[in-house]
Amino acid sequence: MSSNKKYWKSVEELNENSSIVETLQQNEFVEQIPTDEFLGDKETLESSSTSRRDFLKYVGFSTAAASLAACEGPVVKSIPYVVQPKEIVPGVANYYATTIADGYDFASVLVKTREGRPIKIENNDLAKTNGHANARVNASILGLYDSLRVKGPMKGDTPISWDTFNTETKEVFSKVGDKEIVFLTQTFASPSTSKLVGEFSETYGNVRHVSYDAISESAALDAFQAKYGKRALANYDFSKAMTIVSVGADFLGDWQGGGFDTAYAKMRIPENGKMSRHIQFESNMSLTGANADKRVPMKPSEQRLALAKLYSYVTGASVGGNLPENLDKAVRAAASELKKAGSNGVVVTGIQDVNAQTVVLEINEALSSKAFDTKTTINTKQGNDKAVMQLVADMKAGKVGALVMVGVNPMYTLPNATDFAEGLKKTTSIAFSMKKDETSSNCNYIAAAPHYLESWGDVEIKTGHYALMQPTIRPLFDTKQFQDVLLTWTDNTTAYNDYIKATWKESILNGASYNQALHDGVFVSTSNTTEEVSAVEEIEAPSGNAARALASSSKSSGMELSLYTKTGMGDGQQANNPWLQEFPDPITRTSWDNYLTISQADADAAGLVNKNVANGGLNGSLVDVTVNGVTVKNVPVLIQPGQAKGSVGLSFGYGRTMGLKGDMQTGVNAYPLYQNFNPVQEVSITKAAGEHEFACVQLHNTLMGRGDIIKETTLEIFNTKDKKYWNSIPEVSLNHIETPVTSPEVDLWDEFDRSIGHHFNLSIDLNACTGCGACVIACHAENNVPVVGKTEMRRSRDMHWLRIDRYYSSEDSFDGDLEKKENISGLGSSLSEFGEMESPNENPQVVFQPVMCQHCNHAPCETVCPVAATAHGRQGQNHMAYNRCVGTRYCANNCPYKVRRFNWFLYNQNDEFDYFMNDDLGRMVLNPDVTVRSRGVMEKCSFCIQKTQKTILDAKRDGREVKDGEFQTACSAACGNGAMVFGDVNDKESKVAKLKEDDRMYHLLEYVGTKPNVFYHTKVRNTKA
Amino acid sequence: MKKSYQILEDNSITHMKHVIYRNLTSSILRLGFILLLTFSTTILAQDGDPANGKSLFNAQCAACHKLDRKMTGPALRNVEARLYEEEGLDREWLNKWIRNSSALIKAGDPYAVKIWNEYNQTAMNAFPTLSDQDISDILAYTAEPPPAPVVVDENPIGGGAGTTDSTSNSIILGALALLFGLLALALVLVNRTLKRFADAKGIEVPVEEQRIPIWKAFVKNQFLVLVTSIVLLLASGYFVYGYLMQVGVDQGYEPVQPIHYSHRIHAGDNKIDCKYCHSSARVSKHSGIPSLNVCMNCHKNIAQVAPETYAEGQEYGVDYNAEIQKLYKAVGWDEEAQAYTGETSPVKWIRIHNLPDFAYFNHSQHVSVAGLECQTCHGPVEEMEIMYQYSSLTMGWCINCHRETNVKVKDNAYYTKIHEQLSKKYGVEQLTAAQMGGLECGKCHY
Repeated sequence: MSSNKKYWKSVEELNENSSIVETLQQNEFVEQIPTDEFLGDKETLESSSTSRRDFLKYVGFSTAAASLAACEGPVVKSIPYVVQPKEIVPGVANYYATTIADGYDFASVLVKTREGRPIKIENNDLAKTNGHANARVNASILGLYDSLRVKGPMKGDTPISWDTFNTETKEVFSKVGDKEIVFLTQTFASPSTSKLVGEFSETYGNVRHVSYDAISESAALDAFQAKYGKRALANYDFSKAMTIVSVGADFLGDWQGGGFDTAYAKMRIPENGKMSRHIQFESNMSLTGANADKRVPMKPSEQRLALAKLYSYVTGASVGGNLPENLDKAVRAAASELKKAGSNGVVVTGIQDVNAQTVVLEINEALSSKAFDTKTTINTKQGNDKAVMQLVADMKAGKVGALVMVGVNPMYTLPNATDFAEGLKKTTSIAFSMKKDETSSNCNYIAAAPHYLESWGDVEIKTGHYALMQPTIRPLFDTKQFQDVLLTWTDNTTAYNDYIKATWKESILNGASYNQALHDGVFVSTSNTTEEVSAVEEIEAPSGNAARALASSSKSSGMELSLYTKTGMGDGQQANNPWLQEFPDPITRTSWDNYLTISQADADAAGLVNKNVANGGLNGSLVDVTVNGVTVKNVPVLIQPGQAKGSVGLSFGYGRTMGLKGDMQTGVNAYPLYQNFNPVQEVSITKAAGEHEFACVQLHNTLMGRGDIIKETTLEIFNTKDKKYWNSIPEVSLNHIETPVTSPEVDLWDEFDRSIGHHFNLSIDLNACTGCGACVIACHAENNVPVVGKTEMRRSRDMHWLRIDRYYSSEDSFDGDLEKKENISGLGSSLSEFGEMESPNENPQVVFQPVMCQHCNHAPCETVCPVAATAHGRQGQNHMAYNRCVGTRYCANNCPYKVRRFNWFLYNQNDEFDYFMNDDLGRMVLNPDVTVRSRGVMEKCSFCIQKTQKTILDAKRDGREVKDGEFQTACSAACGNGAMVFGDVNDKESKVAKLKEDDRMYHLLEYVGTKPNVFYHTKVRNTKA
Repeated sequence: MKKSYQILEDNSITHMKHVIYRNLTSSILRLGFILLLTFSTTILAQDGDPANGKSLFNAQCAACHKLDRKMTGPALRNVEARLYEEEGLDREWLNKWIRNSSALIKAGDPYAVKIWNEYNQTAMNAFPTLSDQDISDILAYTAEPPPAPVVVDENPIGGGAGTTDSTSNSIILGALALLFGLLALALVLVNRTLKRFADAKGIEVPVEEQRIPIWKAFVKNQFLVLVTSIVLLLASGYFVYGYLMQVGVDQGYEPVQPIHYSHRIHAGDNKIDCKYCHSSARVSKHSGIPSLNVCMNCHKNIAQVAPETYAEGQEYGVDYNAEIQKLYKAVGWDEEAQAYTGETSPVKWIRIHNLPDFAYFNHSQHVSVAGLECQTCHGPVEEMEIMYQYSSLTMGWCINCHRETNVKVKDNAYYTKIHEQLSKKYGVEQLTAAQMGGLECGKCHY
């Protein structure tokens, strides 16, 4: 059943007495618009010295003055190249394949450049194994144009030349004596860099290389190493898994490097009556939990026991410890499903514990899971906690002569940053950094590092799956990458790109063409994928020791904190990226902040509140969070539906203080709580005074009581019942006969003939959409969408053309509750189920729904525009002529989908909005094919008309028809999960035309009769009774 | 008027660099003719035919050699005599060199090797087909003394005529004005004298009856006032509207550019295809201002213009040769060394066609797909000495053209289906751009 579920976007909506929600359902504004405030009341008007006549005089004068001043056009200069590079044609984009490898995100990407400057990151379709570009990778292009980048090498605060830098640093190395030279670097996973570091060690001797990941996967690495002899991570291919059980692993987020969602989404689309089943045990509401068919909230300590129990139920080994009955039941059910699935099942965990990780490896082996791959291992996390801790100790002991840091910011990310600072004083430190950040500003030397789009490099993302990094622009500043300096240090005159080429020819390419590999950006080696891994104890039967150890280590007392990473911010190295700051978190829909997520029950107990103030903005209480004596003060509290009782969550990546603009210094730093690199900590929370103002878009543009914007059903109903039952077309009464709203008789409007030429449609599959947000950032980049900042976001003036709505729903509708009550069997389940019914926000189901302009064929916005600024095109696009718009905002009011965005201010070249459009460097990212909008203009999704027009023009020029798949929007191209498919429905053979005929297809608010050109696919959940 | 660069050879231009000409075409031709006659007599003393030599030179040698300037190869004026005097090399050696210079170099001939090294070790093309007579013809041509510098008299008879004309005109005008002035004075004087006579004789001059002045009569007639003011209002409204409508429309905008570049010479006289320089118009939304390396494709070899062209430049008050020097400076071309110095200073052209940011225009759509001539929008560029904005570039102008112009669908597979369906729908043979959807807002505004 789809139509009678109750959806809600915010906890506030569950409060039956909430006046705000009530008002929002009826009115556009919560409060009366204070017209008196700006119009003035009669009294003040009369006492004013400015009469109406005066006013008119001023208006007349200023109009005349303005028009006179406008008579003279500005002189525009055009400066052509002196020598135009062959490959550049002004106005034509070039694409280069490269790779991001910033230590946290690794992905093969395609970079779009215009007139020699990179303007957008796109997916590299040739890279089938290296993951698609997530939201952060899409946004990473802005880092290139960051105005706060270090412009050249520095010694302390004084700029020096690279020659001085090289001679002085060489002298440092030669004078270390019996002390060590230590490289503290991000994970490179780069064959050439490893070789270079090796050569450096040979030259100088006494060199130690420590890899450090800010968010550690050390436990998983240790477990894998112990079992398979290689320090790497097992690879999981979720497209081969029919039953997925995850214990605390946010594998659709950043778990073990991320990038698993493409394969996962493939199995989420029901085909031949089958789709994968996903069971998630977790404490925080994660992206993965939100996508799960069954989500069981449990505290981190319970997760340990649950995993151990799961092991015992699957393998039959006995494990001690007792879970609460309902949880045990869930684990037992999951185990039986896993056993039934056999090799089609897979288990993953995010518990940072060697035993837990070992248990998972053992379960997967016991299942002989097809999705579980120990040969093609993931190499992008190599950090070693013990080595890092040892290094800090050695530094404090003065054993380190010189410390070279690359791509790391330990002063910010280390839990014991103060110890590190102390050690830093006892050594000569060199930081390769793009920023004067927390660490580099405390170093003796800052080696200005280039952005990855200005660098050469190679990465072995997975064993045998190589990727190349190539510069897409000449370095903007006087920067040198670490590898180039390494070559200088070892007196090697080779350029690093030649060095890579030599390395590749020697040991990787095996005779294949280097130029081809560089062109593709990726290279899959066929020869040496399988050799390296030698199973150490593959034959040994799983003993269950790890599981028992895991079970016994599961102690629960008090409140447990789970530290996590947000989809938008990751480990925080891109904190100065306004796109990412403004990106609303897929789950909380809150931007510009991190916060302590807490369950409603715990919040009530502690007297913590969230409340929506009159303008729809969200306010939250503040708390002090203490872990082992380390206190983070004034952490805002956000009540998170689905948060396991007794647990709280806090995200990394915020609270940066250096190397970023004032506006971006948001949130609190969670790293001090990340003690022993364990994301789970026992915590005590005390309420602090004051309230925090969130920029949460949750309650903006409510459903207006139209809950059926989402359609969903279960796999069982989907397979057994007719389409009419679970995806019925709404009907209206015509002459007392129920008629479907799609029939022409009930249509108020005459239908245009759209059968000729192109007719664009966008298909969005709610099953495949994981809510990752890559499309949101891609849209930002493609369409020059401005960043408005936190205060404006709070006022619901966000400019995102594409938003991903997140809806919660309780298990069923109120009707469903009734049904459920009648079906309760026995006392055992009744307690828990009654409990669930009582509080829908304890464990809600989640749906993500990307919404952009629906490009209605009968668009309500078009009919109300007094100046015909918005009009319909024959190709199905709803056009918006900015230069015609006078800003009445009638269209936004009349839009049932609330997708129109108004430019309340001038967001470019305006000091009030100093994000990226305000400096010459940041504006280089703008897409020259899309107008930068001015103040007072309405804007919205254009179906990327600049892209469709370009595709058409290219075809015209070549004198051929457009092939299916050529038409793309920024969002559909960015969607790595296949949730968004764009194309021409008049081309009957096209993918989108076929998707439109699918039974799951529906339009948003179909009964409004807008006939949108965006259609959705009903969400099907693989829930079991 | 078409000039070809052949004229360059008629009168070597080097000597005319700093000379100021006024309407000299005919005199130059005459002088050239006389010079030619004189030379032909002197040259007859040698064994070659300089006329044939000249055509051979132009066909075979001119790509790399000039008579009086270093180019890819050395200057060749009097080469035979110079070689003989300075190096003691005779015609025999020259024959060998011309027929196969690399053999000479290989053989280790010292002067050959020296020259080879001096010119970046690029060996001269071998011309084994040239007969002895051909070579001597060419050498005869090179031995011609440079045309005597055409010293133009400061006040030559022909040249002076123009100035005299203009001065005489003004003198005549002045004389006429003086005459009329004198006449008027005479009349006044006569009148005064007559009056004095009348006074003296006591004759009463009858005073004319005072009539109401016409303007007072006009003011009194309210109907006339009303009609006139309405007419005036309408007229001024018309002009104000006309004025306001051209605000921001820069039709005829003709800014002074940093380099005086003449489309007339390039596109008109020399018939260079527009898209040779504006090549991106074929594939891109921008037509592109040619980069300077495109200019140098030709101007490496054209450092100076033909005298006729030069003279024309004087009419526009511009020294074309100086403009070419500006190009060399910008691109960093060292004429002496025939090499780039690497010191460049990009040219900051002033943009003439400024579409607002919110209007999207794509050159390749119009040039490559529609097959429009550049002149359709840019006007008679081949006649423009200085580029100016020909069309108004207003939206109405775009739209009108879209309404009137048929889409070029022939031989374009993209249009086959849509044209068939749409022409059936509209019942027309040929579809206009408007019918194809070319009037939709979003096609140009996004």
